[in-house]
Amino acid sequence: MALALGLAACGNGGSETTPADGGSSAAAPGAVKIGFMGDLTGANAGIVIPPRNGAKLAIDQYNKTNPAVKIELVEYDSQADPSKAVALAQQAIKTDKIVGLIGPAFSGESAQVGPVLEEAKLPSISASATNVKLAENGWKYWHRVLPNDGVQGPGIADFIAGGAAAKNVFVIDDKSEYGKPLADAVRAQLKTKGVTVTDDSLDPAESDFSSVANKVAAAKPDAIFFGGYYAAGGNLLKQLRDKNVTAKFLSGDGSLDKGLIEGAGAENAEGALVGCPCYIATPDVTDAKVKEFAAAYKAAYSADPAIYASEGYDAATVFIEAVKAGKTTPEDINQFISTVDIAGVSKQVKFAPNGEVEAKDIYIYQVKGGAITLLGKAAEAKLG
Amino acid sequence: MFNDFINQFWPSTVDGLAFGSIYALIALGYTMVYGVLRLINFAHSEVFMIGTFGAMFVPFVLGINSALTGLALVGVIILMILAGMLASAGTAVALERIAYRPLRRRGASRLAALISAIGASIFLQELFALIVIPEVFDRPQQGRIQMALPPIMERTELFSIAGHPVKLHQVVVVVAAVGMMVVLDRLVNRTKIGRGIRATAQNPEAAVLMGVNIDSIVRMTFLIGGGMAGVAGALYLIAYENTNYYIGFLFGIKAFTAAVLGGIGNLRGALVGGVTLGLVENYGAIFFGSDWKHVISFTILVLVLMFRPTGILGESLQQARA
Repeated sequence: MALALGLAACGNGGSETTPADGGSSAAAPGAVKIGFMGDLTGANAGIVIPPRNGAKLAIDQYNKTNPAVKIELVEYDSQADPSKAVALAQQAIKTDKIVGLIGPAFSGESAQVGPVLEEAKLPSISASATNVKLAENGWKYWHRVLPNDGVQGPGIADFIAGGAAAKNVFVIDDKSEYGKPLADAVRAQLKTKGVTVTDDSLDPAESDFSSVANKVAAAKPDAIFFGGYYAAGGNLLKQLRDKNVTAKFLSGDGSLDKGLIEGAGAENAEGALVGCPCYIATPDVTDAKVKEFAAAYKAAYSADPAIYASEGYDAATVFIEAVKAGKTTPEDINQFISTVDIAGVSKQVKFAPNGEVEAKDIYIYQVKGGAITLLGKAAEAKLG
Repeated sequence: MFNDFINQFWPSTVDGLAFGSIYALIALGYTMVYGVLRLINFAHSEVFMIGTFGAMFVPFVLGINSALTGLALVGVIILMILAGMLASAGTAVALERIAYRPLRRRGASRLAALISAIGASIFLQELFALIVIPEVFDRPQQGRIQMALPPIMERTELFSIAGHPVKLHQVVVVVAAVGMMVVLDRLVNRTKIGRGIRATAQNPEAAVLMGVNIDSIVRMTFLIGGGMAGVAGALYLIAYENTNYYIGFLFGIKAFTAAVLGGIGNLRGALVGGVTLGLVENYGAIFFGSDWKHVISFTILVLVLMFRPTGILGESLQQARA
């Protein structure tokens, strides 16, 4: 057993040195591997599949042009479990020898995987992790292609107090690494606007939120904000409506999925508002670049692009541009990312030194007739 | 804060009773198996989970997608409860046959049975996430995503208590749960099978000498306990209209707590424990916030056990052992 391990270690050591000599990666000659990590089959897969599809679309389009160096997309299904994500990251680094990672999708897993990638000097671009603290670790290889909750929370709060004109707001969080800080940012911003805020938290592993619903019914708010993912959000919304609570329901990007509508029932979900730092290419867009992306996405997956699809596409595009520029080692690619400035589908993609993207727009979406539609930028949107 | 309590007392009571009844029905399975075999059947949480899917199968097969009324609604609810019972009781009996009986025959320790239970539990969860939900319910790639029940009934307000609405689904849950528990109480205390169960619980050796077939009594115990979990699953589905492959986990822990709280091995204790737990959770949430619900329920459990180690009502299925 010890001998076998020793041999395996030798084997790995050998193959690690070869690419350095040959100047190409460990994958097939003329190809590099880019990873995608996120919850692909778990409870919140609905908001991870679209960015995966977006990234895959970008890479497929690139490979069809018969480039000198092709890109292979390797998927890592972390099921949003940080310990699984860390193990997969190790595998990606040691066995698969990827040169860049799109993801991890969620904030909790990103916090755990970040140090591992940093140590391996492997660049990553998340298309969906929005926790503020991720950018405060001094990580040099970590990036995200959308604004954080520190931008999202106040943006949504401004809309609640402005566009939605609410005076008494009930804010609920799911205590997660994503939901709690987002809800706290909304609370803080609402208070500066003189809005009355009542609090509660729920456990997303549960399915009975009647005690939360009773509190909301007693507080009689004009609006409710939920910081958490759509699986709990849909059940919460249904149980609120069952208690005859008719206040406006708002949530953040974690709830921007048709799962919210399925969970709550179309009738209950009608009119629900969801803020997001993401830009979804809805069928009524006019921008030519976005239209082209939406059409290609629909052709490939026979569905309209959903949440983070364009961000996933943009993250993959950054890596593709790096490879096009002849950068095929993690170190060179990271160098390239720090100087990148390209027009993406979702926004102009340009990263600050801490890994944050420069563009800071928040969008508000509304459920209408059982579908998610774009209402407008948070600062400008009005309820019709 | 006291004002909050006054405002939220009645709705919390109604929700606590409805949820507590579901806990109580699941707790019956833990308590009966413990009474007869002195074994905690930790796979019972999955028996409940399968009950929710058994009930889900009825509207799925019938293709119901709008709210029903009158006799059609009553019929569908009864069918859902029966389907839940069938699925759960079948699972419980199969568990006994496959995961417990071989161990019992070979005189394995109770710890071995416990490990077997945990293994069976994980197996059943993954079976549903990977095969049953994607294949049987036709949701490819969505085995781990929550499945919603089509709205089968209008959530009509039946009456109100102090201005707080009490809705049809809440009444259905409480009435059906209490009805099932009365039937079970009669079954255990008044019938021949019940006498066999009680005899086995009190003294298995003596019961064998008196001509009780232990294997068939154990099978009956799992069958009845599983059936009750199936009713709980159907009622949960009717009230909350969603389920998923790991739904049993939290319910299992809570129902086990309820069984211990009421006095494990005691059928009426399961009822008392379940309803107490449901109410305490909801009242506690008013004061401390909903995220403290679990802390409150387990604190109450510890407090009760400190002063009454046998639970609120104590053991009764095997008083002779005390």
